[in-house]
Amino acid sequence: MTKILPRKDVVIVGLGWTGSILAHELTDQGLDVLAIERGPWRDTATDFNIGYAQDELRYSVRRDLFLQPTVETMTVRNDPSQTALPMRDFGSFLPGNGVGGAGVHWNGHTWRFWDSDFQIKTNLTKKYGASRIADLQVEDWGVTGTEMEPYYDRFEYLAGISGKAGNIKGELQEGGNPFEDPRSRDYPNPPMQMTYAPTLFAEVGRSIGLHPFPTPSANMSRAYVNPLGIAMGQCTYCGFCERFGCANYSKSSAQTTILPVLMKKSNFEVRTDSEVLHVDLAPGGKSARGVTYVDTSGQEYFQPADLVLLCAYGLHNARLMMLSGIGKIYDPTSGEGTVGRNYCYQTNAGVQVFFDDKNFNPFIAAGALGQTIDDYNGDAFDHGALDFVGGAGINCIPTNGRPIGTRPTLPGTPKWGSAWKKATVEGYKSTLGYSSQGSSYATRNNYLDLDPTYKDRFGRPLMRMTFDFPDNDIRMSNYLCDRMEEIAKALGGKQYTVSRRKKGWDSVPYQSTHNTGGAIMGTDPRRSAVNTFLQSWDVPNVFVIGASAFPQNAGKNPTGTVGALAFRAADAIRNQYLRNPGAPLVQA
Amino acid sequence: MKKLVFTLVIGALALAIAPAWSADQADQIIRGQYQAVLGDCAGCHTQAGGKPLAGGLPLETPFGALVPPNITPDGETGIGNWSEADFRNMMKSGIGHNGVRLYPAMPYPAYTRMNDSDIADLWAYLTSVEPVSNKVEANQLPFPLNIRLAMLGWNALNFTEASFQPDSSKSAEWNRGAYIVQGSGHCGTCHTPKSFLGADKDSEFLQGASLQGWFAPDITNNAQSGLGKWSEEDLVKYLKTGVNAHSIASGPMAEAIENSTSKMTDPDLKAVAVYLKSLGSDAGNTQPAKPDETRMATGEAVYRDNCSACHGGDGAGAGVLFPSLAGNSIVAQGSSETLARLVLAGSQAVHTADAPTTPAMPSLAWRLKDQEIADVLTYVRASWGNAAAAVSSDDVAAVRKGLTQ
Amino acid sequence: MASDPPTQVVAGGWHFFSAQEAALVEAIVDRIIPADELSMGGKEAGCAVYIDSQLMGAYGASSRLYTQGPFLPGLPTQGYQGEANPAQRYRAGLAAIDAFLKQRDGKTFVELARAEQDAFLTAMEAGKVDLPNGVKGPAFFGLLLQNTMEGFFADPVYGGNKDMVSWRMLGFPGARYDYRDHVSKHNQPYPQPPVSIIGRPEWLGKGA
Repeated sequence: MTKILPRKDVVIVGLGWTGSILAHELTDQGLDVLAIERGPWRDTATDFNIGYAQDELRYSVRRDLFLQPTVETMTVRNDPSQTALPMRDFGSFLPGNGVGGAGVHWNGHTWRFWDSDFQIKTNLTKKYGASRIADLQVEDWGVTGTEMEPYYDRFEYLAGISGKAGNIKGELQEGGNPFEDPRSRDYPNPPMQMTYAPTLFAEVGRSIGLHPFPTPSANMSRAYVNPLGIAMGQCTYCGFCERFGCANYSKSSAQTTILPVLMKKSNFEVRTDSEVLHVDLAPGGKSARGVTYVDTSGQEYFQPADLVLLCAYGLHNARLMMLSGIGKIYDPTSGEGTVGRNYCYQTNAGVQVFFDDKNFNPFIAAGALGQTIDDYNGDAFDHGALDFVGGAGINCIPTNGRPIGTRPTLPGTPKWGSAWKKATVEGYKSTLGYSSQGSSYATRNNYLDLDPTYKDRFGRPLMRMTFDFPDNDIRMSNYLCDRMEEIAKALGGKQYTVSRRKKGWDSVPYQSTHNTGGAIMGTDPRRSAVNTFLQSWDVPNVFVIGASAFPQNAGKNPTGTVGALAFRAADAIRNQYLRNPGAPLVQA
Repeated sequence: MKKLVFTLVIGALALAIAPAWSADQADQIIRGQYQAVLGDCAGCHTQAGGKPLAGGLPLETPFGALVPPNITPDGETGIGNWSEADFRNMMKSGIGHNGVRLYPAMPYPAYTRMNDSDIADLWAYLTSVEPVSNKVEANQLPFPLNIRLAMLGWNALNFTEASFQPDSSKSAEWNRGAYIVQGSGHCGTCHTPKSFLGADKDSEFLQGASLQGWFAPDITNNAQSGLGKWSEEDLVKYLKTGVNAHSIASGPMAEAIENSTSKMTDPDLKAVAVYLKSLGSDAGNTQPAKPDETRMATGEAVYRDNCSACHGGDGAGAGVLFPSLAGNSIVAQGSSETLARLVLAGSQAVHTADAPTTPAMPSLAWRLKDQEIADVLTYVRASWGNAAAAVSSDDVAAVRKGLTQ
Repeated sequence: MASDPPTQVVAGGWHFFSAQEAALVEAIVDRIIPADELSMGGKEAGCAVYIDSQLMGAYGASSRLYTQGPFLPGLPTQGYQGEANPAQRYRAGLAAIDAFLKQRDGKTFVELARAEQDAFLTAMEAGKVDLPNGVKGPAFFGLLLQNTMEGFFADPVYGGNKDMVSWRMLGFPGARYDYRDHVSKHNQPYPQPPVSIIGRPEWLGKGA
C-alpha cells in the first residue's frame, strides 16, 4: 500500500549541486522544501575520512561513492540498427549517487560557455551557411552569454573558484583566457600553485604562439569563505580528487558550500535512501501532483507537492520524464518528440610525451590543477577553410599518480613480466600527458529513449542510449590531435603518442561523465523539452535542472554551466513563477 | 540570532490570541526567555528534534543516568501544577514541587545565586510556552542514590542556599559577568572540579574538570592551562560564534554555545569575558619535562601523515575551519582526555549564524593504535611553543575503552 | 557502507581458492610480476592473497553490477555481457588451464619451467590456446592481469603490495594528503617515504 504523506510546497528529486542550490534559494523564499535522494547521506568527516579516504582500489577502481549498476544502469548501442545491451558495469561514464551527487567526486574544472556556444546555430549559419551544419541537429539555447554572466558569477563565488580572468568587462587581462566572454569581475580566488608538467606545457605552448592560462578550479588555492558564510580550506594537492570525496574541505561540493547552512533551515528536509519512481501527473497530464518514491524497506510513498524539481543526474532526469509521461519521447524516424532528443557527450583525445630527464612527481596533483589552451576551442578560431565545426580545449591537468590506474609506458611495452616492470618504473614520473576535450554536437540518430527489453530492480524499463561520434566531431578531434602533436614536438621529449578518437563509441574505457541533453532547453516546444528557465513545456509545475538541458555540448566541462542554469531557474521561480504558480513562464 | 527573533515572533503570536496577558507580562516573558538563554534550559530539557523544553536526553553522571524532566506547563507531565513559589524554591534550594529533592545535575547550586526578579521572569516565560504532554522518568540512578531523600544528606554537606554577592570594589561589568558565570550561566557545573560526592571544589573554581568523557578546560586566566593568551575580544568571539584564532568549539561546549552563549547580548558576553579574565593565577605553574626524542620522532611521523593536511605542518590550523594546535588551550590542559577523545571519536564544530560551516574532525580510531595516538599527542603537546605533559598509551586506552562501552 | 573503514586482509589460509587453485594463481602472479632487481615477485607481494579475498566479496559476486538477463552476445564496445561473475570465471578458468596443460604436457602449470609458463601465458593472452569448457583464454588472462595489477599496486590493507613494495619501486608516496611543501619544487624528488592507510613503520618508531 502506498502511504500518502503531508503536502510540501516543493519536492526536489536528487540532492546534488542543482538540488542544493534550488533548495537553498527556495527555502530563502520561505517555501517548505523536501529533497528526496536515492543514495545515502554523505558527510566529509565520516564518508571521506582522512584516515582511509586515499584508497585507490576502493574509491577509484571499485567506485564506492558512485551509482552502482544494480541500482540503475542503461542499455547502449552505437546506432539504431544494433540491439542495445545493458552496461553491466559503468565504464565510459560514471554517474554519481548520494547527497552531493557527482559533485562529491568531480575534479572541479569550472568553465563558462561562450555566447557563441549559446547562439550556436545562428552564429554558425551566419558565418558558414546552413549547409555547413546540415548533418547536425545543433540548436540555440535561447539565452545569451550576457544573460548568463550573472549566474556564472554567482556559482563561481558560491564555489570559490580559483582562476585568472582573461576578460573583465571587455578589458583583456594578462595571464587569463583571451578567448573568454567578458566577465563582470575576477574569480574569487587566485589560480592554484602550478606543478611542473602544466608549467612546462604552458611555457612551450606560449613559445609556439598559443595562449595557455590556469584552468579554473574548484580546488581552493587558498582558504575561502563563500557568500553563505561557509568556510573552505586550502587544497593540499593530495592527488585524490576525481572519484574521491575531499577529506579536508578544499574541493567545492554541496557539502562544502551549501549544506551546512541548508540543513539547519527549519523549512528544509531531506529523505535519503529513497528513490523516486515517477512524477505523478493530474488527470489530463498537464500538471504534477507530486512524486511517488520507495525507501529501502520497499515501502512506497506518495509525496504531494505543488512544484516538482527534477535535479537528478541529467540522464536520470530524462529517464524520469519518460517514466512519468512528461512530454513526448523523441523518435528519430519522424523527428517528433523532445524528451531524449539531442543526447551529446564529449569528444576527447590524448597525447603522452615521454622524457628521460624529468621528474613530474605526478602524485602531487589536484583535480583541476593545470593549464588550458583555448585557441582551438569553439568559435575561437576560424572554421572557414576547415571541414568541421566545433573545437576543444587542450588541457594539461595531471590529476593524480595513483598507480593502479596511472602507469604510462612507452608504446610497444609488454603488459606484464620484467620488461613491463622496467618500462613502468621509467615512465611513472617522467611522462607528461595532456588531452583535447572536444565539443559534441547533436545529430538526428544520437538520442535517449526507453529500452524495450531490460528492466531495473523495480521492473521499470532501463533507458536506452544510442550514440556514436558524429563524423563532424571526429574530423574536429583529428584536427585538434594535429595541433596537439605540434605541442608535443615543441616539448621535445624522447617520444610521444597520440590517442585519436575513432568512430564506434566504446562504453568500456572511461572517457567522460559529461552526458548532456535529453531534456533540452530552447524557445520552440517542438524542438526542446523545457523553456529557457528549464520549465517543462508540457507540465509547467515541473522544472528539469541539469546538463539534460544542454542542446549540445561545448569543448568544456559542464558543471559551471549547470550551476549557472540552476541559479537562473531559481531566480525565475522566485521572481516570476511564484506570482502565478502553475502557469508557463513562456507562452508556447 | 535569527532563531531567537523567530521564537519571539511566535511568542508575540501566542500573546495575540491570549488576551489574559498584558503588555507588561509580554515584556516579562521576553525577559524570561533571555533568562532561559542565559541558563541554557533547552540544552538539557529539549531533545534534538523534540518539542521545546518537553524533556531531554539522559545525562550521564558519575553516579548514573538522570533524565531532564518536562518543564513545559503541562499539568500532568510538566510543571503546570507548580506555583511560582514552588519554582523559586526549587531554583534556590533544589527542593521542587511537593518537596521533591532534585539531584545537582540540575545546577541549582549555581541558580541559587540568581536574583528573585530574574527567577520571576523565567517563571513567566516557562508558563507561556506550549504545554507538551510527555512523561519523563527522570530518576534512573542505582540504589541508594535513587532515593531522593539521600539528597538531604548531600545538601547538608555540600550546598548552601545563597544569593549573589556583588563586589563593590569591582566594576559593574565585572559584577554582571560574575553574576552570569556563577549563577544562571552555571559555568562551574562543567568547568569546576568535583569532589567524590559530586560537589564543586570551590578552591579550584573553573580550573577544568572531567565529565561525560570530555575534559572541560581551565577557563581562568592561567597563562599555561587557561585563557591567559586569549584577549577579551577572543573570548567574546568564541562565545558568540564558536570560533576564534585559538580554538573551535565542539562537544558539550558546542551545544552550550549554540543554545546559549551565541544568543547572549554583546554586553553580557563582554562582562563574562572581563570576569573570567580576572580569575586564577600562574603561581603554581610548572614546566613539564620534555618528552624523549624517540617519541617526538614517531609522533611527528604520525602527525605529518594524519594531521598536517588540516592542522598544518606548523600546527597553525586554518582560520575558522581547522583549529590551531599551537597555543590551543585544549592542548594545554593537564588532562589529555579531550584530545584523545577527539582523535578517537572525532567531533563536529558548533553551528552558529556567524560560523555556519560545522567542520568536523574525523575518527582516527580505526587507523591509529593507542601508542601512535599517545605519541602524536605527546608531539603536539610539546611542539610549536606548547608545553604540556607527555601522554601515555594507557591514557588513550582508557578513553578508547570509555568510548566503546 | 562508503563510510566504514576497510577490513584488513592478512595472509594465512585461503578463503576462496582450494590449495591447488591457490598454488596455480601464485605461480601465475609470479610470472605476471616476476621477482627481479626492481621488486619482489607477485606471489611474495601477496597478489594471490588479494585476489582470494576479492573473490569472496562484492567484486567476486558482481553484487553491485547489473546482472539481469537476457544475456546476449554483444559488441566489444558494449562491454562484458557474460552471465558468470568473477568468482565463477576464476573457478572455471583455473580448472581449464590445468586441464589443458595436463592433456598437452602431462604437467600442471606449477610443474612447468618458468620459460614454459611464460610461453603458455603469452599464447593464452594472444588467444592461441584452446582452453576446454568454453573458457576464453584472452578474456580470462585479461581478468588475471587486471586483478594481479590491482593487488600489486593497491594499498597493502587489501593483502597485496607487501611492505608497499610497488610504491617504493615507483616512488609513489601512497596515502599522503598534503604536498603543499613540495608543489613548487619542480623536477625534484619527493623526500618522504610512502605511507599506507594502515600506517608506515616510522609510526611505531621503526626505520623504513
